[in-house]
Amino acid sequence: MTGSANDKITPKGFMALRLTVNNHPGVMSHVCGLFARRAFNVEGILVTPQQGGDTSRIWLVVNADARLGQMIRQVRKLYDVLEVLAFEADESSLERMDECMAGWEQAGPCAEIGA
Amino acid sequence: MFEGNGAELVIRLLERQGVKRIPGIPGGANLPLYDALGASRSIRHILARHEQGAGFMAQGMARTTGQPAVFFATSGPGATNTLTAIADAKLDSVPIICITGQVPSQLIGTDAFQEVDIYGMSLPVTKHNFLVRSVAELAHVIPEAFRIASPGRPGPVLIDIPKDVQTARIRLSELPEPAQPDPVEAPDVLALSQAAQMICAAKRPILLLGGGVASSGASSVARKLAEAASLPVTMSLLGLGALPDAHPLNLGMLGMHGTRAANILLEECDLLLVAGARLDDRATGRLERFCSEAKLIHIDIDQSELDKLKLAHLAITADVGAALAGLLPLVQAEAGQIGGQCEGRGPWLARVAQCKAENPSQFPGLDNPLTPYGLVRCTGELLASSEFSSEGEGAIVVTDVGQHQMRAAQAYPDLKPRAWLTSGGLGTMGFGLPAAIGAALANPARRVVCFSGDGSLQMNIQELATAAETGANVTVVLADNGGLGLVQQQQDLFYGRRIFASDYRVRIDFVKIAEGFGVRALDLNLSRAPLSDLERALKREGPCLVRVPVAAEDNVYPIVPPGAANIDMIGGEPARDMIGGEVCAAKGGN
Ligand SMILES: Cc1ncc(C[n+]2csc(CCOP(=O)(O)OP(=O)(O)O)c2C)c(N)n1
Ligand SMILES: [Mg+2]
Repeated sequence: MTGSANDKITPKGFMALRLTVNNHPGVMSHVCGLFARRAFNVEGILVTPQQGGDTSRIWLVVNADARLGQMIRQVRKLYDVLEVLAFEADESSLERMDECMAGWEQAGPCAEIGA
Repeated sequence: MFEGNGAELVIRLLERQGVKRIPGIPGGANLPLYDALGASRSIRHILARHEQGAGFMAQGMARTTGQPAVFFATSGPGATNTLTAIADAKLDSVPIICITGQVPSQLIGTDAFQEVDIYGMSLPVTKHNFLVRSVAELAHVIPEAFRIASPGRPGPVLIDIPKDVQTARIRLSELPEPAQPDPVEAPDVLALSQAAQMICAAKRPILLLGGGVASSGASSVARKLAEAASLPVTMSLLGLGALPDAHPLNLGMLGMHGTRAANILLEECDLLLVAGARLDDRATGRLERFCSEAKLIHIDIDQSELDKLKLAHLAITADVGAALAGLLPLVQAEAGQIGGQCEGRGPWLARVAQCKAENPSQFPGLDNPLTPYGLVRCTGELLASSEFSSEGEGAIVVTDVGQHQMRAAQAYPDLKPRAWLTSGGLGTMGFGLPAAIGAALANPARRVVCFSGDGSLQMNIQELATAAETGANVTVVLADNGGLGLVQQQQDLFYGRRIFASDYRVRIDFVKIAEGFGVRALDLNLSRAPLSDLERALKREGPCLVRVPVAAEDNVYPIVPPGAANIDMIGGEPARDMIGGEVCAAKGGN
């Protein structure tokens, strides 16, 4: 993508992408790999199971740069991605993502998992 | 009803998909698959000598037939060896299906013997991939792989099957139906009529055809559209063959080693209609200066190719064949007279004719098979004449990667879609010989010629054994310049003539090597009648190698310096006194 007229625009805020995907062990690799190899940083990520676990919802918080449209088209091509929707977002969502885990975090890390 | 193990189920499903040939190499983790394959009566196995070779054989089959081709490899090193052929298929949109054996499920993740994460490694180079986790999944995954590989924009699929899944028993009351390609959506009518208006309103339009035109069988409709709308046509490396060389609207290839006329006229056009091409940097040169004054209409089946590098004024997601067929009557109606010309094209067509006349291609030595261009042209003319063409379908032309490849693209007479196989996007040395073997096996009635270089041939030379064993009708025409010619050319032109690490100090006796593999061979340089010896070599049943010594110092022109604009190409100009005179020396003449 280097050299394209597209990348000269600087980031203006965040977007949240909501992906509905088939739920199996390879899906995260497909999605994250795509962002990584197109050098597109993911700022925040949240995955939740849906419909009894057959599908998952992946929320990706990303910079709203000019390549985003192209990224979304690429994500749509992934076989296991059933739907992609984009929403306007801001930093606050990133902080709130952390807050979700705050309760577990407060109990302190767990020593007994054989790790 | 089906009862058997997973491996037998895979083979049965492949048979039902109509698979006739599977190249590959066995090993511990795919032996159950091989055991089942050995019992198949309709699938022939082709024992490659390297898994990359097997992958390129599958490509040779898929590129010529348009149908997905399957190949096998074992786990670990077998699997990693397939990756280059898979990546090559991804970049050139070729439907191949790689089925790898994997260590048993319980051992995955333990660094077991010959375990590699081929699923993870193949992620970025496949259209999709599967790690099969249970024998029951196979009934879905195998047909699904065919459904994924060819429709839409074709591409490679990898299926990794752990050994225990291959040996697990399964009973199915019914086998799944073989997969049919999904129907593609019809192109948007409004967008097409807008395109027709833009085409007819343009003063200086050019049509650019890419590999998508060949793979969707759209060459003839593309030609009709070009004629109906008086559109000069240029082609990418993979789009070559859509128009006869001598067609007045044919500008030849664009880009790094394209024709001067195409690169000059693209600079002048006011509308570029791109069909099934992805505007790769080898084709466009420096992007900001590519058709900077022109409006862009871009048609591609892959929406993510549209607006990727260059914003289109009109982007149409569609099968190019369907889109061009839809455009044709609209353009004819728009032009006001069916089959007539769009108004006001006269000056542009005159300019095109003038530019072509001023810039005839410069191919020295065309009629001497002992020169770099002559070996290409003479081979092509021999194959076009005589008995070869009487069988209906002409020869299939395959290349490796390097100067010889560019010369084949420039000077082979009248290439044909699906009969022109070259590694475009990845530019993989070693593509040629195995792809040619695959093409020959899938098209037993046709002759296959493979233009290779001494560097490229050595990258998969072991497949000469496969050629000998299968008796594939492949003639390798080897342009032997004792080095990495195209690299030397770049060092010569752009690195102060410092030729380093690109010439071979050991001269290889390719004739002896080929004979050692059981392939007939001749050195054209030692021949008293080179043309008739070449003809004999092309006619001979089975594989054959023809070595032609050429000089490494002979550069391929024109050349656009890497990073430069196409219009700043160097070389390839006619000598002053030749302008207008020897126009016939251009491709298609003589
Ligand atoms: C696998 C691979 N390695 C390296 C290259 C870089 N490369 C491009 S052309 C070329 C030289 C090819 O030599 P040869 O096949 O003899 O063709 P020639 O240019 O001499 O005709 C090289 C090394 C490549 N394209 N592919
Ligand atoms: Mg060479």
